[in-house]
Amino acid sequence: MTRLAAERRHVVRFTLNGTPLEGEAEPRLLLSDFLRHQLGATGTHVGCEHGVCGACTITIDGALARACLMLAVQADGCALRTVEGLAPSPARLSVLQEALRRHHALQCGFCTAGILMSLDTYLRRHRNPSESDIRDLLSGHLCRCTGYTTIVRAALEAAAELANDLTSEDRNA
Amino acid sequence: MSDGMSQATADAEPTQTWVGRSIPRVEDAALLTGRGRFIDDLGVRAGTLHAALLRSPHAHADIAGINSEAAKRGPGVAAVLTGTDIKALTSSLVVGVKAPVECWPIASDRVRYVGEPVAIVVASDRYRAEDAADLIEVDYRPRPAVVDPLAAIAPDAPLLHDGFPSNVASDRRFRYGDPEAAFAAAAHRISIDIRYPRNSCTPIETYGVVADYDAAEDAYDVLANFQGPFSIHAVLSRALRVPGNRLRLRTPPDSGGSFGVKQGVFPYIVLIAAAARAVGRSVKWIEDRLEHLTASVSATNRATTLRAAVAADGRILALDWDQVEDCGAHLRAPEPATLYRMHGNLTGAYDIRHVAVRNRVVVTNKTPSGLNRGFGGPQVYFALERLVQRIALTLGLDPLDVIAGNLVPADAFPYRTATGALLDSGNYQEALARGIRDGGLAELKARRAAARAAGRLYGIGYAAVVEPSVSNMGYITTVLTPAERRKAGPKNGAQATATVSIDPVGSVAVHVASAPQGQGHRTVLSQVVADVFGLTPADIRVNTEIDTAKDAWSIASGNYASRFAAAVAGTAKLAAERLAARLARIAASQLNIAADDIAFAGGMVRSRRNPDNALPFSRLAAVSHWAPATLPSDAGTTIRETVFWTPPELTAPDEQDRINSSLCYGFIFDFCGIEIDRTTLQPRIDRYVTMHDCGTILHPGMVDGQIRGGFAQGLGAALYEEYAYGPDGSYLTGTFADYLLPTTAEVPAPVILHMQTPSPFTPLGAKGVGEGNCMSTPVCIGNAVADAIGASDIELPLSPARLAALVRGPEPAPPAGLTIEAMAAGGRELRGEGSAIVNAVPVQIWAMLLNPETLKAVIPGCHSVQKISDTHFRADVTLGIGPVKGRYRAEVTLSDLDPPRAVTLGGSADGALGFGQGEGRITLTPERDATRLHYAYTAAIGGKVASIGGRLLDGAARVIIRQFFTALAREAGGGTRRGGLWAKLRALFRRR
Amino acid sequence: MKPAPFDYVRAESLDEALDVLAREGGDARIIAGGQSLMPMLNMRLAKPKVLIDIMRIGEFARIDDANDRVTIGAGIRQATLLAWPDLKRRLALVALGLPWTGHAQTRSRGTVCGSIAHADPSAELPLMLLALSGAVHLRSRKHRRRVPAQDFFTGMMATTRADDELIEAVSFQAGTERCAFREVARRHGDFAIVACAAVASGHGVRLAVGGVADMPAARDFPRLAGAALDDALNGFAYDLGARDDLHASARHRRDLVRALGRELITEVLS
Ligand code: FES
Ligand code: FES
Repeated sequence: MTRLAAERRHVVRFTLNGTPLEGEAEPRLLLSDFLRHQLGATGTHVGCEHGVCGACTITIDGALARACLMLAVQADGCALRTVEGLAPSPARLSVLQEALRRHHALQCGFCTAGILMSLDTYLRRHRNPSESDIRDLLSGHLCRCTGYTTIVRAALEAAAELANDLTSEDRNA
Repeated sequence: MSDGMSQATADAEPTQTWVGRSIPRVEDAALLTGRGRFIDDLGVRAGTLHAALLRSPHAHADIAGINSEAAKRGPGVAAVLTGTDIKALTSSLVVGVKAPVECWPIASDRVRYVGEPVAIVVASDRYRAEDAADLIEVDYRPRPAVVDPLAAIAPDAPLLHDGFPSNVASDRRFRYGDPEAAFAAAAHRISIDIRYPRNSCTPIETYGVVADYDAAEDAYDVLANFQGPFSIHAVLSRALRVPGNRLRLRTPPDSGGSFGVKQGVFPYIVLIAAAARAVGRSVKWIEDRLEHLTASVSATNRATTLRAAVAADGRILALDWDQVEDCGAHLRAPEPATLYRMHGNLTGAYDIRHVAVRNRVVVTNKTPSGLNRGFGGPQVYFALERLVQRIALTLGLDPLDVIAGNLVPADAFPYRTATGALLDSGNYQEALARGIRDGGLAELKARRAAARAAGRLYGIGYAAVVEPSVSNMGYITTVLTPAERRKAGPKNGAQATATVSIDPVGSVAVHVASAPQGQGHRTVLSQVVADVFGLTPADIRVNTEIDTAKDAWSIASGNYASRFAAAVAGTAKLAAERLAARLARIAASQLNIAADDIAFAGGMVRSRRNPDNALPFSRLAAVSHWAPATLPSDAGTTIRETVFWTPPELTAPDEQDRINSSLCYGFIFDFCGIEIDRTTLQPRIDRYVTMHDCGTILHPGMVDGQIRGGFAQGLGAALYEEYAYGPDGSYLTGTFADYLLPTTAEVPAPVILHMQTPSPFTPLGAKGVGEGNCMSTPVCIGNAVADAIGASDIELPLSPARLAALVRGPEPAPPAGLTIEAMAAGGRELRGEGSAIVNAVPVQIWAMLLNPETLKAVIPGCHSVQKISDTHFRADVTLGIGPVKGRYRAEVTLSDLDPPRAVTLGGSADGALGFGQGEGRITLTPERDATRLHYAYTAAIGGKVASIGGRLLDGAARVIIRQFFTALAREAGGGTRRGGLWAKLRALFRRR
Repeated sequence: MKPAPFDYVRAESLDEALDVLAREGGDARIIAGGQSLMPMLNMRLAKPKVLIDIMRIGEFARIDDANDRVTIGAGIRQATLLAWPDLKRRLALVALGLPWTGHAQTRSRGTVCGSIAHADPSAELPLMLLALSGAVHLRSRKHRRRVPAQDFFTGMMATTRADDELIEAVSFQAGTERCAFREVARRHGDFAIVACAAVASGHGVRLAVGGVADMPAARDFPRLAGAALDDALNGFAYDLGARDDLHASARHRRDLVRALGRELITEVLS
């Protein structure tokens, strides 16, 4: 059993987008604050801190999670992915990111990181989503700028493109 | 046509320019990869402290005392500052009406709304600051509160401010043309009463402020995600008691949306800047979502009676507006601007020559109002377009015919409205015709007919709206009388600024003070300037951060009133053109041709007649840096050009109170089909068509983005969103689980249509487009719902419960013998009753009720009871259900004693999670050798827990009250019921 | 909006968790997926002294299907159950109702048992547990007991769980019963204004309703039709003691119970 005392800082180690990292956290420190303010991974945003807006959505061991509803200490030993890990290289965007850009699917971009994480995770597992699948998935995110239409369109287009890529990979294999 | 597809504009000219194309945004790559730079992403000065605010749980109360000793001793705490401390360092914020009333960003002796700041804790981090805030004890003496604007003007209403003679801060009447005669002569007089609710566009990023104070120079340096207008800078420097040049206000590179709302950060700038001064360190504050929803800012709610004089054919001859505007607890700058922003266009899209207006501004115990997308438009059009539908219904006309029959004629532009607006351009009839045709109205009507034939609820609604943009900085002075205005001096115009500069290698940079909040200004400016210089947008680098110490700005700078496309982008064009004209002269001398033969294209500057005679743009552009002596003497420098532009059409209000409140007026025609599920009463938007004429379109993708975003917010306002208050002023929608923003599941893709009638008054022919759907969509949806259910009066948001009240007939009666436990109508008051048989005689029970030891045993979670008098006890209790627990100070009083038959038990509790008070009448009736104990109670709860746990609160309170009486019965039972399981007790306390 | 301080215990085994619970009692809270508790911590509605994280207790990560009961361990996340290949066949009602619980982004963390422990009267899982004659398996250092769902919930977010007990599992009656689920909320994914679950039972239908009373409520309806069914539903609707709140009126809730109840009962009986 590990008991971490309230007033002390404790070492937390995990991988963030594949890179092993460590920092120190009091038990009560939210994972969102740990990522942003200790590790400088400010791409994950905070919009409500009560689990509704979706801005802080990341993945933990491959599953979606609200970083504001987790403690940093809970993430110890896990594999975390955030928006900073989506692009294949600093100068290139992923298929999904590119699609959002093409469709003007963001304005202020504050909600975007969380939406990207949900879509990226979903599209890895679902090759052929319908519009209602995407709308259902994204109903866990609030965007105040776009009215959502272009986000949904971008997601569907990215899905089609990714499915194509997969099929051509299959063919090449 | 397919749903949701934006129709290509038919009347756009084929163009080779960058302007008018939906190029990818330069902003996006950083935002998509997590490299945005929002205020909370930026590093701060070493040693920066963090602030947390303690806020009032009461809507209206005197502060009898604040004890912050324990908080000051908290770990990491640098200071705890109260209103008195802040007042010592600052002055009151200016108030927009003439009255001896002050407006402070923090309360000192009295709180006037739930969420009003009461203390600031500054500590080493936010967690510790919040820990300390929990330790502050404030002694409140509650006063009666008033939340309804009409109730607030009643003679016996509780007064908010001693400086106003009543709660009416301003009362002005206006008269244009001869409304009395028009009303007297008209065939019909038709009127409507509406209530527009409180809501807000709630950006997903909250407020943030980082402030620093340099004591040696007596100067502040503030970073805030403030959006303008920068007229507020003058308010801030005054409040901070420094000249403007000692308040450096900067904005971060990115902002997570604003929609007007981030104007409301300004009182916190004062607060945090003063705190930084008090502690001598840099202080950072990031607002959290609870704070934001409770107390940031809100659009005004308004009660309006609108009357029309109408001819037999539906022509509207005159309007009579009576608007009561609720600005909340303080009149914060620039209020009461919401009420006057639409003043010039109170006749909407219609040609109505006679108008009477009475405008009253009232204060109530709610969060102060401020900028919000649509700003005054939703309130005005909800009345006007509901009235148009009512006129049609009353006269048996098609609403569309009433709209069409009253539109400003197409050949009348520029058209001067009765109240003073100069509608710049448009062709409303054409827009209507195209909307009907391309939006498929006939098909919708067929769907309505089919749905109705099948017994379903389906309605169609319309809205025709004029969308003002580029505010006249003088419109707000319409609230003053002409005499007051003469004394104050004229205010008018809308100074826009842009700076274009060229560096030593000839690359071009642009700076504007437009404070974008996500709209993509940098991209559009790169298009505009690229066109002037014959470059590509990628060649132009645009910076939109503002630093008032270094940049060109004016009071009109900022992101509001949809001024970017019309004013700012146009000003950037003018600045670039000025440089281009000079460059042309230099090029002419170098190429040995006339300046008017010069063309900028493809990165070259060349002769039109002889394209081979050319210079690279960058080489020419660098000359001013490297070889100024070679410049022709009349050319001037080309290093940097700043243009200030204000349109001459924006003059101050005249002696008759006519005001051209905005520069441009776009036109929107919306219609929609809505079906309402008969069982759930949930509205489903079948199709929403929105036709826009916003003049020249600079970037179609962004224009459609603005429309879709505004539509989603308008839909939210129509169906889901309300900042709700209890009658006692308690605030009820403090989380995103109660203040409901529409999600992907609720927002369909609107059908967007365009036509383009350029504005003759703006450099690019563009008009604003950002706010229109916030004005048109709520009433369009409202009209459709009213049409669907045949209701004459509807109130937003149109929740299923509200619709149920309108649609459903009488309810099936309850089964015989069941009475319904009622809650006071619309109230936060809980009522309940119950009874139990207790194994003791009344005198025994009576003795127990007066005994502190019994009370200790029966008050849930009681730690100690202190006897103050025979009938007054004080207790320290822990109350809660599930994980929600809090410690409270409780007072218990006994009154109306009728020994041993009846007593009234009063109780109140006060703690960090909120406060509650209640009263219960207990009666004891002997029944054989036992007693029937009957209780009936009312209770009310407020504070934090009401704001964020409203959904669960009533049940929780019932659990606690039941615990009390259960324990009382158990105690009285003298042990016979001991060990009794909850199930047994529940049986005991079954509702009768 | 930051939590007050607390100690954090990462329990590696059930015994460790029970030891801490026995010692700390009401000052400790179990955290599993955290989707209900964390918002309360952030808002400081809850200020426990100790959080006991049970997600690393291996034996809790189990779904057992035996003896006509499906038993779901305290470590099973809602998304895991939703992805369980036998779900449709064995717990058809849960397959219908679970997608209504929160959003994909919360189901991926939130646990089945956690939602039941939280006992929110509008939540779907307590409702389904009640409809399917489920039971809550409680464990303390001293004893182990199994409480039928109808006795477990006692009020708004109140249950019979003692301070030293934790939920080690919940179990549902399994089988391919005929069932139906319907929910009305303000928006997709919101807590229910009214949620109804109906399951064929014996000679009739068991109808369970959430979102109306302080806890989910169920009633067995014999085979009824027409006015008799209407009367029975009307009685049920009134008995639930609906109240007005921000999102719906008592009247609207009763209307929904009557209408959805009729729809569901008819569907299950057809
Ligand atoms: S910040 Fe985590 S969901 Fe809103
Ligand atoms: S782009 Fe601004 S909130 Fe989504």
